[in-house]
Amino acid sequence: MSDPIIELKDTKLHYKIGNAVSAMMGLSTTVKAVDGVSFSLRKGESVGLLGESGCGKTSMGRILVRLEEITGGSARFEGDEIGDLKGSDLQRFRSRSQMIFQNPFDAVNPRYSIRKTLEEPLANAKISRSTWHQRIIDALDLVGLGDPEQFLERYPHQLSGGQLQRVVMARALILEPDFVVADEPVSMLDVSVRAGVLNVFRDVRDRLGLTAIYISHDLALVRYVCERTIVMYLGKIMEDGPTEDIVHDPLHPYSQALVAAVPTPHVDQSHDPLPIGGGAPDPRNPPSGCVFRDRCPRAQLRCADEVPQPRRIGTRLVACHFASV
Amino acid sequence: MPETVADTHESGVARIFAAIRLPVGDPFALAGLVIYAVFIVTAICAPYIAPYDPSEILYTADYDLASDLPPGAKGHLLGTTSLGRDIFSQIVWGARSALLVGFTAAFMVAFIGSIVGLLAGYFGGWVDAVLMRLADVAFGIPFLPFVIVISAFSEPSIWNTVIAMGLVLWRDTGRVIRSQVLSLRSRGYVEAARVVGSSDLKIILRHITPNILPLSFLYGSIAIGWAILTEASISFLGFGDPDAISWGFMLQDAFASQALARQAYYWFIPPGLAIILVVSAGFFISRGYENLLFPKLGR
Repeated sequence: MSDPIIELKDTKLHYKIGNAVSAMMGLSTTVKAVDGVSFSLRKGESVGLLGESGCGKTSMGRILVRLEEITGGSARFEGDEIGDLKGSDLQRFRSRSQMIFQNPFDAVNPRYSIRKTLEEPLANAKISRSTWHQRIIDALDLVGLGDPEQFLERYPHQLSGGQLQRVVMARALILEPDFVVADEPVSMLDVSVRAGVLNVFRDVRDRLGLTAIYISHDLALVRYVCERTIVMYLGKIMEDGPTEDIVHDPLHPYSQALVAAVPTPHVDQSHDPLPIGGGAPDPRNPPSGCVFRDRCPRAQLRCADEVPQPRRIGTRLVACHFASV
Repeated sequence: MPETVADTHESGVARIFAAIRLPVGDPFALAGLVIYAVFIVTAICAPYIAPYDPSEILYTADYDLASDLPPGAKGHLLGTTSLGRDIFSQIVWGARSALLVGFTAAFMVAFIGSIVGLLAGYFGGWVDAVLMRLADVAFGIPFLPFVIVISAFSEPSIWNTVIAMGLVLWRDTGRVIRSQVLSLRSRGYVEAARVVGSSDLKIILRHITPNILPLSFLYGSIAIGWAILTEASISFLGFGDPDAISWGFMLQDAFASQALARQAYYWFIPPGLAIILVVSAGFFISRGYENLLFPKLGR
């Protein structure tokens, strides 16, 4: 097995919130957006980060493109600690690790033409100006914007959401990165154009041999795009393994709930009520022991005392005391 | 955000106007712009408009001092002062110092305030802490006494007002722009620029500054009025430059010569009116900006 391109060890991202007064009142002043996450990605591997809002999956992605600095543990890109990169190393990292943003309407400067938007990464990477035009055309072509010339002088408000998201993808891919974080790239799009954008993402990833992280709350989308899935809950990894295995036989109670929550097209077919209820707890005050225990149908006394460590079960890592095949 | 992009195709002057978004659609703002235009033209063409040197002591044809002439008498449009100076010429030349003070002070307030706001908002951390504590100190300084102190310790000059404004009044602009930058900094396209490797300077100049320019101009237009008012107050209090003809100086002159008691309205009403007009023009324009920036406030 080749060296991992991404390697996280006990990565933590804790935000300080509140002030001295709230601390004195006994309120917790840290939010553990990411709390002790470890996994690694091989070159060319794509993994889906799955979880409900607030579970830390977006923070996770932001760490990997250095939009956030970790507060503990280690996050490495090809062996280099991401937070320690400086100067030309950082500049090289910026051209090799990219992000596709969730909201295409927000991710491009409304004052910039499409050409200007795509020129920005080229200028930063000090690519020779004479090749810019061709590279922009190629990138737009790559993401399936037919007849790219006609888009160059247009402005974001003149494009549809699907077109704009392709521009965002083109910007991420124009420097031919090795690693891409896609943060729910289709959640803001009309359902009718989602499939097109998803297919482009898949094709491009395969063609360029990209290592990719696909962040989503939608198991069906992750299944469509990624061979491996990491299920997160409240800043921790619950289950990590091949997507098909998780879909067909989820081992962690939370994964089981996520799989059960996927709607089926059979309207008349009665299905079991969801095994869990309520919402995620206040992230400032997560439950002791296993963070999932207050919603878990299988919780026992032990779960309140002991934080379950990830255990290898077959092809998977599962963080639950009671999970078994 | 479509409203911010409507004019992106034009170039040159049109783009500058689009960037600062001169509020020509608002009737009040338009009135303010017209008033400014009149005063600016007056200030620039002062030597051609003013019939006399504003500080020259004039004599009548029969070698009498041309003092305390009522409006219209002997070719003096607004009459003369007790020392035989032409009031109309003083008003015209006063526009020059008023606008000079107004615009330079406004520029300093808008410029310093924008820089402070950009740095504090964008970098946060200790930069933010230091700059905002400085702003707190500036907020604690009572403005007019501060100008008087500065004037007392330096040569009397209209630039004292400008310097004092630059030292103190950036605080409001800085605070407001900082808060705007805080929200802009987390916009997707700013983060995207960071991910594609744009430097902080580039992000500030190309992605953030264009969005705060209208706010800078709003505070700049308010500062014009403030500066003129302050300069007039300082001159009226007698701390002004005795050689520079300003509207405040005219009021002081009229006051000291007891024009009020002699009911020489033609002496102190014109400079007062001029100050009111220019100051309110600044506020009219800023009002237009407010409508543009915060459309929900309504009209």
